[in-house]
Amino acid sequence: MMERAPTTVDGGTPMQRDSATTIYERSVEDRRAATLPEAGVPERPLDEVIPKRLLRQRPAELPEVSEPEIVRHYNRISRRNFDLDTGFYPLGSCTMKHNPRLNERVAALPGHARLHPAQEPKRAQGALEVMWLLQQSLAEICGLPHVSLQPSAGSHGELAGLLLTRAYHADRGETRTKVLTPDTAHGTNPATVTMAGFEVVKLETNERGGIELDDLRAKADDETACLMLTNPNTLGLFDENISEIAKIVHDAGGTLYYDGANLNAIMGRSRPGDMGFDIVHVNLHKSFSQPHGGGGPGAGPIAVSDRIEPYLPRPQVVRREGRNGGEPQFDLDFERPKSIGRLRGFQGNFGVFVRSYAYILSLGGDGLQEASETAVLNANYLLARLGEGRAGRYTPVAFDRRCMHEFVLSGAPAKKELGVQTLDIAKRLLDYGMHPPTVYFPLLVDEALMVEPTETETRETLDAFADAIEAILAEAEEDPEIAKGAPYTTPVRRLDEAAAARKPVVREMRGRA
Amino acid sequence: MAEETYPDELRYHPEHDWARIEGDQATFGITWYAQDALGEVVFYEPPEIGKEVKKDEAYAEVESVKAVSDVYAPLSGEVTEVNSAVAENPEKINEDPYGDGWMVKVKLSDPSEADQLMDAAAYKKLLEESD
Amino acid sequence: MLAAIGVASIDELFEEIPEALRLGRPLELPDGKPETEVYDRLSALASRNSHAEAETSFLGAGMYDHYVPALVDAITSRSEFLTPYTPYQPEISQGGLQVMFEFQTAMSELTGLPVSNAALYEGPSAVASAAYLAIGATGRRKLLASRGVHPHSRESLVAYGVGYGSELIEVPLTSSTAATNTAAGQTDASALAEAIDDETAAVFLQQPNFLGAVEDIELLASAAKERGALVVVACDPIALSILKPPGECGADIAVGEGQPLGNRLDYGGPSFGFFCASQEHIRRMPGRIAGETTDVDGRRGFVLTLQTREQHIRREKATHNICTAQALNALAGMVHLAWLGKRGFVELGELLVRRSAYARERLAALDGVELLHEAPVMREFAVALDAPVTDVLDRCAAEGIGAGYPLAREYPEYENGLLVAITERRSRQDIDRLADVLAGAVADLRGARVAEGVA
Repeated sequence: MMERAPTTVDGGTPMQRDSATTIYERSVEDRRAATLPEAGVPERPLDEVIPKRLLRQRPAELPEVSEPEIVRHYNRISRRNFDLDTGFYPLGSCTMKHNPRLNERVAALPGHARLHPAQEPKRAQGALEVMWLLQQSLAEICGLPHVSLQPSAGSHGELAGLLLTRAYHADRGETRTKVLTPDTAHGTNPATVTMAGFEVVKLETNERGGIELDDLRAKADDETACLMLTNPNTLGLFDENISEIAKIVHDAGGTLYYDGANLNAIMGRSRPGDMGFDIVHVNLHKSFSQPHGGGGPGAGPIAVSDRIEPYLPRPQVVRREGRNGGEPQFDLDFERPKSIGRLRGFQGNFGVFVRSYAYILSLGGDGLQEASETAVLNANYLLARLGEGRAGRYTPVAFDRRCMHEFVLSGAPAKKELGVQTLDIAKRLLDYGMHPPTVYFPLLVDEALMVEPTETETRETLDAFADAIEAILAEAEEDPEIAKGAPYTTPVRRLDEAAAARKPVVREMRGRA
Repeated sequence: MAEETYPDELRYHPEHDWARIEGDQATFGITWYAQDALGEVVFYEPPEIGKEVKKDEAYAEVESVKAVSDVYAPLSGEVTEVNSAVAENPEKINEDPYGDGWMVKVKLSDPSEADQLMDAAAYKKLLEESD
Repeated sequence: MLAAIGVASIDELFEEIPEALRLGRPLELPDGKPETEVYDRLSALASRNSHAEAETSFLGAGMYDHYVPALVDAITSRSEFLTPYTPYQPEISQGGLQVMFEFQTAMSELTGLPVSNAALYEGPSAVASAAYLAIGATGRRKLLASRGVHPHSRESLVAYGVGYGSELIEVPLTSSTAATNTAAGQTDASALAEAIDDETAAVFLQQPNFLGAVEDIELLASAAKERGALVVVACDPIALSILKPPGECGADIAVGEGQPLGNRLDYGGPSFGFFCASQEHIRRMPGRIAGETTDVDGRRGFVLTLQTREQHIRREKATHNICTAQALNALAGMVHLAWLGKRGFVELGELLVRRSAYARERLAALDGVELLHEAPVMREFAVALDAPVTDVLDRCAAEGIGAGYPLAREYPEYENGLLVAITERRSRQDIDRLADVLAGAVADLRGARVAEGVA
């Protein structure tokens, strides 16, 4: 059995005693880090060039600190973060796989990093080729031929997908107002539906965790614009009825949208395009190793079928055959009369494309398939381990089926029998040096814990996680207060979120330093 | 926090709202069960005075840190008073859900609707059954 | 491991996928390559780009070749900032949450508005997000945008607007013959006042505008406010070092492209968008917001707050659908601002004003080059060439100069227009060289135009 984590630290850990000081509070008047170049041009009073009434009266109260202070400040506060390079991070549907540093090195090459987005395409052939090659790779992986790299994240891709759907129906002279989503859908799905001007219609989940087909048949009609789905779904379960689902929606005249958050389960084994999806978004910060950055950047490229292609955002990266047997030329195609237009500036998060393309090159087709297979293997192994002992009793799996790359447990028995909630188990895991799984999602499962280990974790790590859960539940049997008071060893302990919401303080107030 | 109670003099709606009826006026709020399920209330925006509320329809929202909940009107009528003290200090809803935590006062348009509401015993039974 | 699961092979784990949906063949992608080959491949691709280390670039149009100090890279490449997820477990995310809080403070200071979020994707989509807020807050569907707002922002307003059910109306820039109290190159104030009505949800302005002109935001905003429309100003964050902040000019919302702060060009992304607003809009704000609070022992700490606005709780009624944003890029912006500091930031602004003024004079003095407008500028300005712009750009590129952004595609009325941007990396010598090379190119090609019979 794993050694118990502490429940108290005498006097607090060093990090607990180091109180949160902002960079503003470290400021001392007239300290500075930057030395700027001399202007080198004739001096001129500012208000001779720009009328005084258009100028600031007083400078913005930015920090006044030296360079060593800046470095020290951000280094110190960085250590108040738990991160993937340090420990296990099994957040369901987030695919926290290892971020290879090679990708950072190639993204930093000046040819990529210092290229202006408005550079003439003929002088940006390397960049356009990277984008085109990434598009081709994603098309093959998804089984849909036409790709736009423009969306900046999964939600952005979802919005693009629904606007494409809208354009498709409008072009056929149809007005459809509803989008179907399962009740297990990620929150971004319904939020996007509203932004795209549609109404959400919820679909029920059956006892196997898939879409309830009769409910779908009843609700798919000529008002249905689209069905938004992910497969495997947020329960980590593959919906074996997907072909029938596709038929029902297509017969009703709607489009089928695939939320690519769970692509890591099926690369090389199955493709959303082959399942019948018309539009797919891919999260490059999930399956394609772009680092999460504490909340971005990411990218959410979309792959679409032939019938959706005309509506793709503008511009599209295209490859034109070389003239007179010359090299093929890559270009930005703005001549797209049916395009939905643009959803952001320039071409998208190119730095993310470089990293993801490097990842795809590094793994290759064989490696990507192996990644998915290992992800599914790891999840099933961990599920089997957590089916034993106290975990099997107090946090059983919600749907007793083979899972794919992730699975959902329910902490309802723990709550009922031990008096500890999923939240308490999660907080106690922090004392065991691991990031908790996703909690309280999907909403369908009571006291949910969604676990996605990913393929880059060793068996030893998975065993350690199972051992930690076992230890926490054993503690809870003896004394539920341990978990309820956790965490004890983190830089701060449980925070008063209610106070933060009631009277929000969202910036340092001036004069506080 | 308040103790779990369901006062006998009130009438209850299955969406966990109560009504204190005095002639053709009523006061509405949410029950102990509702505030307990929600957690610490952090935000409540009262409706405008004069707004028409309809039985079984939502007339406002309450928010905790991690959830948003519709507040349903147990009876129909016109809002005559709102509890701005609770808008300022929404935690009163947790501390005193039937007293200081009241939400709106309404002039009833159809007092006979009260017959459709539950008494305390029936509401407590509903809670037991759904657990 | 297979034994623990109770299966005999990996294939068994995929049995639930119906036979017809199994790919049944390897992916048609090349096999995986060792690190050295991947590096060489990406390096070869990089070498086919004319980047700002290979040529002296005067390209702007919303993204600028500023100097990103080395400490930004050192900090953003730290594992603790690079690899964690969004801070849903605040106890072990105090680093990231504190960075957000510091960033929100900085953006609030720059824009003069009390509330900032922790960043959106980038500039034009942040503008579209402001429209979503305005439509929700006012219940109105008409959007007005100055033609001085970045074309990508206006296009985004149109594309998103299809979903919002909104209509975008453009307000022209003052022409040299217009009878209005704004100068040529600035938004036409009379036209704006005429276009606003009781159906207008928001008015969109840009500072400085796309042609580099410094706008009189206060004047333009007053017409909007009379009719109850929200005023949204898209601003260049570096310009806010010396220009009056939008919050002091009557703006309700200030958004913008954050790339000039701490972020590389990266062929257009990733960068970040900022979004600041007046207090009354806080509950309609999109994106993450970090708030200050205390823990059970009384320690100061930070949490994601007002989460009930967001998609993971509010779902179809969320203020926006954003989940993953641009946290690392916002960190880069914050570190850069801390490095510039209160005085350095102002000095940078002043330096840009002086060099832009100098560059503008030098170019205006050239034969065949005219200023498109004479409104005040601070870091970017527009000229008209008496020669085909694309050919001029090719000539300049051959001499190692990226002379600027051609206006013709998005502003057909300025078919020979060129936008020239100045950063602190463009020295006086660079500007002098630009002037020489441009003069030569225009002189050569001016003759060619006449020869072709184009008047």
